[in-house]
Amino acid sequence: MASPNDPFEFQEFEEADSLLKANRDATTISIEDEDIKTEKQRKADGDEDPLGTDDKTELLSGQKESPPFWTFEYYQRFFDIETHHVKERIIGSMLPWPGKNFIHVYLRRNPDLYGPFWICTTLVFAIAISGNISNFLVHLGKPNYKYTPEFGKVTIAATAIFTYAWLVPLALWGFLLWRNNKIMNLVSYSFMEIVCVYGYSLSIYIPAVLWILPYEWLRWCSIVVALCLSGSVLVMTFWSAVSDDHPKIIIVITSAIVVLNVLLAVGCKAYFFSKPEPVLTRHSSAATQVTMVPS
Amino acid sequence: MAAAESSRPFSGLSDVSISEDIPVEGDISVPIDSSRKDDDFSTLDEPVKETILRDLRAVGKKFIHVLYPKRSSALLRDWDLWGPLLLCVTLALLLQGGAADNDDQGGPQFAEVFVIIWFGSIIITLNSKLLGGTISFFQSLCVLGYCILPLTAAMAVCRIVLLSGSGKVSFAVRLVVVTASFGWSTFASTAFLTGSQPPNRKALVVYPVFLFYFVIGWMILTFSPPQ
Repeated sequence: MASPNDPFEFQEFEEADSLLKANRDATTISIEDEDIKTEKQRKADGDEDPLGTDDKTELLSGQKESPPFWTFEYYQRFFDIETHHVKERIIGSMLPWPGKNFIHVYLRRNPDLYGPFWICTTLVFAIAISGNISNFLVHLGKPNYKYTPEFGKVTIAATAIFTYAWLVPLALWGFLLWRNNKIMNLVSYSFMEIVCVYGYSLSIYIPAVLWILPYEWLRWCSIVVALCLSGSVLVMTFWSAVSDDHPKIIIVITSAIVVLNVLLAVGCKAYFFSKPEPVLTRHSSAATQVTMVPS
Repeated sequence: MAAAESSRPFSGLSDVSISEDIPVEGDISVPIDSSRKDDDFSTLDEPVKETILRDLRAVGKKFIHVLYPKRSSALLRDWDLWGPLLLCVTLALLLQGGAADNDDQGGPQFAEVFVIIWFGSIIITLNSKLLGGTISFFQSLCVLGYCILPLTAAMAVCRIVLLSGSGKVSFAVRLVVVTASFGWSTFASTAFLTGSQPPNRKALVVYPVFLFYFVIGWMILTFSPPQ
């Protein structure tokens, strides 16, 4: 109940009641707004910056009010980056430095969806196009070869790459969450951050895949180099998340990350970049070469 | 008493009557506009040819804007999707009839071209809106669709070149034509789109457009002629 001595105490609007009692026909509007009341109270308390207290209370509670996931604004949060951020993150994913955790150094609590999505899309088209070109160059000059653009392979490449870049982080995130329940870890990554790391770690494959020179050893070299770089970025990132854990778990997680990476790289290489056949005399073995067209 | 009276507005006037000796007469005339606003939007009275030609003229005007891309708001202000539909269907039809149609792993089917163009445009529009662009959804679709015009023209030129043979020379000519039209498309669409983007994210918006037209250009370049 408002005490009459304190002039700053909020007092009920008494006029509305008396008005209603006097004349039933008159309409009165009473705005009951909790925020306005409390803001008035805060202002009266001598607080100069009501917005400052709003921010402080938000920060103190540690949670920002996030819009629900079916609204547009929810996803706008993940595109809050600038051109130089994207450049830095791509370069950071290509050059792993021991001790530099990608998530801590580059993401800094601001994971984005732009990088993973567009790097995956670029990689899909890069694989399809350069696989097509390398196929063409391998069979160049053979009399029975008919060039086909092979657009079906774009779908296959897209399925493989988007599965790797989105389902593997989901599995890894679920696994880390489960381990986190058992062992209190200081380091915990959100799903978006894991997706971000995986997406950016695929960026090293784009230049590796654009090597269309038909020398087998050159291709394998570039794939292996790309594999090592991207694998080490991933391992270094997740090392700190599992290092407190049981050593068996550490080995399982690390080897799973590496093995999946290797599978993706080798699988794409084998499927899209057929082995160039050894240079035989074309005239004599033209018939056998036609029957041995690699898929 | 006074409160009751004042609370009912005009309550004191209920017993006022106009005496009969005060003449109340005059003229009331409403100036009627010769061209009423309604007529501008109602096209029921004009011949059908006029309606269709008006839309065609708008589409043609936008084609010219794409061919000479300079910063003008006509393309953005009155957006329409007729032009993109026309271009998409033309391009998809021109990409048919290749030798690879009969194979399983052949050229793109009609539906694939359609899906790539429209789905790609929608994704690029969503991307630019998520990055904080002020352009509206359909305006962006309109711009991206109209800027396919140089690539469609290149496809027509390629088919004509392929009529004369598919050797190295024709490939070189087609490569030059497709590259030039791809550059033109990208330049035209960025001229219209980058104005509405925040300055430090322009490259992030331009890159997907580049990728989009690159993929379309690739489809045009790898079109193999029917035997």
